[in-house]
Amino acid sequence: MATRILIPTPLRPYTDGSDTVELEGATIGDLLKALIARHGDLRRHLYSDEGKLRNFVNIYVNDEDIRHLQRESTPVTPKDTVTIVPSVAGGSTLVERDSPELTREEIQRYSRHLIMPEVGVDGQRRLKAARVLCVGAGGLGSPATMYLAAAGVGTLGLVDFDTVDASNLHRQIIYGVPDVGRRKLDASKERLQTINPALNVVTHEVALTSKNALEILRDYDIVVDGTDNFQTRYLVNDACVLLGKPNVYGSIFRFDGQAAVFAMPGGPCYRCLYPEPPPPGLVPSCAEGGVLGVLPGIIGVIQATEAVKLILGAGQPLVGRLLLYDALSMKFRELKLRRDADCPVCGDHPTIKTLIDYDAFCGITPPKPAGTGSSVPEITVEELKAKYDRGEDVYLLDVREPNEYQICRIAGSKLIPLGQVASRVDELDPSRELIVHCKVGGRSAKAVALLQDRGFKNVFNLKGGILEWIDRVDPSQPKY
Amino acid sequence: MLDDSASRAIRRHSAAAYPEECCGAIVGRADGSVRTVTAAWPLTNTSADDRQHRYTIASDEYLMVERRARDEGLALLGFYHSHPDAPAAPSQFDLLHAWPNVDYLIVSVVRAAAADVTCWRLRDDRAGFAREEIQWRPAS
Repeated sequence: MATRILIPTPLRPYTDGSDTVELEGATIGDLLKALIARHGDLRRHLYSDEGKLRNFVNIYVNDEDIRHLQRESTPVTPKDTVTIVPSVAGGSTLVERDSPELTREEIQRYSRHLIMPEVGVDGQRRLKAARVLCVGAGGLGSPATMYLAAAGVGTLGLVDFDTVDASNLHRQIIYGVPDVGRRKLDASKERLQTINPALNVVTHEVALTSKNALEILRDYDIVVDGTDNFQTRYLVNDACVLLGKPNVYGSIFRFDGQAAVFAMPGGPCYRCLYPEPPPPGLVPSCAEGGVLGVLPGIIGVIQATEAVKLILGAGQPLVGRLLLYDALSMKFRELKLRRDADCPVCGDHPTIKTLIDYDAFCGITPPKPAGTGSSVPEITVEELKAKYDRGEDVYLLDVREPNEYQICRIAGSKLIPLGQVASRVDELDPSRELIVHCKVGGRSAKAVALLQDRGFKNVFNLKGGILEWIDRVDPSQPKY
Repeated sequence: MLDDSASRAIRRHSAAAYPEECCGAIVGRADGSVRTVTAAWPLTNTSADDRQHRYTIASDEYLMVERRARDEGLALLGFYHSHPDAPAAPSQFDLLHAWPNVDYLIVSVVRAAAADVTCWRLRDDRAGFAREEIQWRPAS
């Protein structure tokens, strides 16, 4: 007894025009072999040169795709109906663009890629044609761009406007000591082209804003988010959703990291995960809270891996899953993420159709123009020094954390971390003039306001914090 | 031959889908080497990838098209898709995924307005496409 095979229109000229062929076989593989034996011209349309079933050929047993059964080993009986369904697909040039050939040197360089079926010559050419933008040339951007450059991505765009600081070096491994003070993009470009001279590096030495983001992102296939603040993260996300570009997200704080691929069709975006930014100041930045130096290495390399997989179309991308990494317990966890149908940017009825004001969205007001002053009374480091010079008995409160206090301090200060000021307020004498400081002046301003609420009349914020003190008064102490 | 009504339907669909690619089926009559497209049926672009550069017609829609064509006594002649802000020429990706014995109409869409329309057929050795001539047939 034979099994019925339904032939689709494009292939009927090879089966003498008939839409049904009946053949005997125990599995799909057997049936297809028998089909090709009878109608030889079908082979090149169903099978690749390597003898594999082409991926745009769908075979159904009754109404099940054999990919969900046992593929070509799926058993069939005469009662079954086998349907060959063409997956009709195509598109304009995406990453293959002009599909550049590999040079002899490139074949040598990428030989360990080329021998893997998931990459091969085709995949390596796709990498060569690909354009990846990395927003932020810092902790995450360093390893991500170095690996993408090494792997053979043809064009890397970089967005950053910072210079290299000594405090960057413990994690931003693309830079070395001689780079301190240089513009990050100059140093990055040089290093990346040492890794891969064929790499085309495009530098965008600007702050990414609502005005320029679409213009900059438009030219790339994939965006890697290596930003360190919420405004830019929402901006990158929204721009990626609006342009239909995958957003390979990563973030790090202290010992914890996160990664995901957002803005893929049907998948969630960053707003589906975090519809609202945290209140300003609640989540400290890496500059305030610290970060383990090797942490961005792990997360940035995960981002590079995902970008390469997207270009190759290999494996399962990190879509619909949020990867959480905890370096202290050395554990990875995965949370399921779904696209939110009510998401204002990627939902079914989006309300955000152009880029918005992300500083306002994140509750960050632009810095006050000079001269309008601060809302709490301030004292400068020079005025503080003058008090010491006059031999005054200065009453100084340091609201930093104990580990910061260990690095540097102003002699004679009393340490009460900001979080404890409210509960330990009775340790302070409200009758005396009190000067409060922290690292740069933000936390101490909060402490001053809190103390004013508690009835302290004579309390001042040290403008610029201990860093300003070290810069202008006591350079013998280390900065952090 | 491309009927004016089918041509307009394809251009409309292409412009409406911009900046994404659109796709659909073309049906009509095949009379030897002359094929006459009398209707264009818009289909859903179900590509899981970047839909601005990719289209995929799902299996169930493909089967629906074959059934409907059979029921209406029409021949499935091929498929159309748009290339937003790109020329109306088949890409390497189109070639890789092409089926024989059907026509591929490609519409170039420039800034949301349909521009060129071209027609292509896979060569029997799969090595490339042969361009087919299109004649527009005004609505009668």
